[in-house]
Amino acid sequence: MCTTCGCGHGEVRIEGVPSDGHDDVHRHSDGTVHAHAHGHGGGAHWHRVDDGARHGTVHDQGHTPFRTLTGGLGAVHAHGVPLARIVAIERDILAKNNAFAATNRQLFADRGTFVLNLVSSPGSGKTTLLVRTVAALDGRVPVAVIEGDQQTTRDADRIRATGVPAVQINTGKGCHLDAQMVGDAIAALPTDSGGLLFIENVGNLVCPAAFDLGEAHKVVILSVTEGEDKPLKYPDMFHAADLLLVNKVDLAPYVDFDVDAAIGYARRVRPGLPAMCVSATTGEGLDAWIEWLLHGAATAKAARDQSVEALRRRVGELESELARRAPGAPGA
Amino acid sequence: MHEMAIAESMLEIVEATARRNAAARVATVWLELGALSHVEARALVFCFDAVTRGSLAEGATLEIVTLPGEAWCMPCGDRVPLQRRGDPCPRCGSYQLEVVRGEEMRVKEIAIA
Repeated sequence: MCTTCGCGHGEVRIEGVPSDGHDDVHRHSDGTVHAHAHGHGGGAHWHRVDDGARHGTVHDQGHTPFRTLTGGLGAVHAHGVPLARIVAIERDILAKNNAFAATNRQLFADRGTFVLNLVSSPGSGKTTLLVRTVAALDGRVPVAVIEGDQQTTRDADRIRATGVPAVQINTGKGCHLDAQMVGDAIAALPTDSGGLLFIENVGNLVCPAAFDLGEAHKVVILSVTEGEDKPLKYPDMFHAADLLLVNKVDLAPYVDFDVDAAIGYARRVRPGLPAMCVSATTGEGLDAWIEWLLHGAATAKAARDQSVEALRRRVGELESELARRAPGAPGA
Repeated sequence: MHEMAIAESMLEIVEATARRNAAARVATVWLELGALSHVEARALVFCFDAVTRGSLAEGATLEIVTLPGEAWCMPCGDRVPLQRRGDPCPRCGSYQLEVVRGEEMRVKEIAIA
């Protein structure tokens, strides 16, 4: 179950096993959620309050769809909210997912693992690219994969056939992976330190953009058969990415796709976005991708080694201090 | 996208606060939604209505404060308004923009009774 998304409630499976270790955030007193509309009486009313708008009228529980009020929230309070206490919350709606993501991120840092969240529309070639990538890495670093799809374990099976450990998350009706699902999936993977973890998100160019999984980077994959204007049509995803892979470039001569235009559009919504052209089938362009991955893995491992080294130094210092203050004491 | 889910998340946040403050009901919820956020306000209102039935927040008024989008324009060296991701700088037409405001999705405060 997605922590912020009610869809797929109770239907998430990890390696075929229902994932039930979650808080049930959707329990109501009558046990159900009704999705049909109700009339105005007793329901929520929407009042749009825009910053800096012209001075408007007092809001009431009336039938006009919205009123504009000026001055932000202070004006709203002054204009007719019945006697009630105002309690500040200031809580980000995605806070719960972000908390799980932070936990994941800390675990990855502790292990020195470089984690990538691969996002794209379905059929861009993510899994084929992963299979090809794993072969090219040739055991130089430990690799593991978390696969996300609504149903089937086909992708995890393909990865496992290469000899790499993989866990399949099935979201049921869900349209993206969230940090809680990923946290649960990690438990099923080997705990080798260092190396690479690829999270292949559900094929979807919209929803995964909003959900931090704890990764180091989102890598967006766009194939030449998809149309060069996709970055403009799905800006959130390209904005959220730190690397663009243009895949299936071996097919470029046969389709009407301007690679430079596509990269240019992507850089409109995400200035400076690094981009690489690859073909998962012919292997074209893979060297640069592999080098980028190995560099990231080395950096993550170095950071971990440094922090372990710093801890060891600190332990050494504390032991010396103990020896100075309490010679002959246990542990001194 | 996910407005029902987001409404449920909001309810969870609101109920927790209301209970902590020994409230009998929630009268109003103020939500800050950035212009560049991932949520469609109208759909959210519909879902909020559905989701709050039978809860402490049933019948609560949902006030959505729309926060404008803003970006730092590198050529201009200044903050500029940004209505939609992918728009150019309204002053100089450049796309070298970094969003600094407008991605918020935050339950700001509630009125309880």
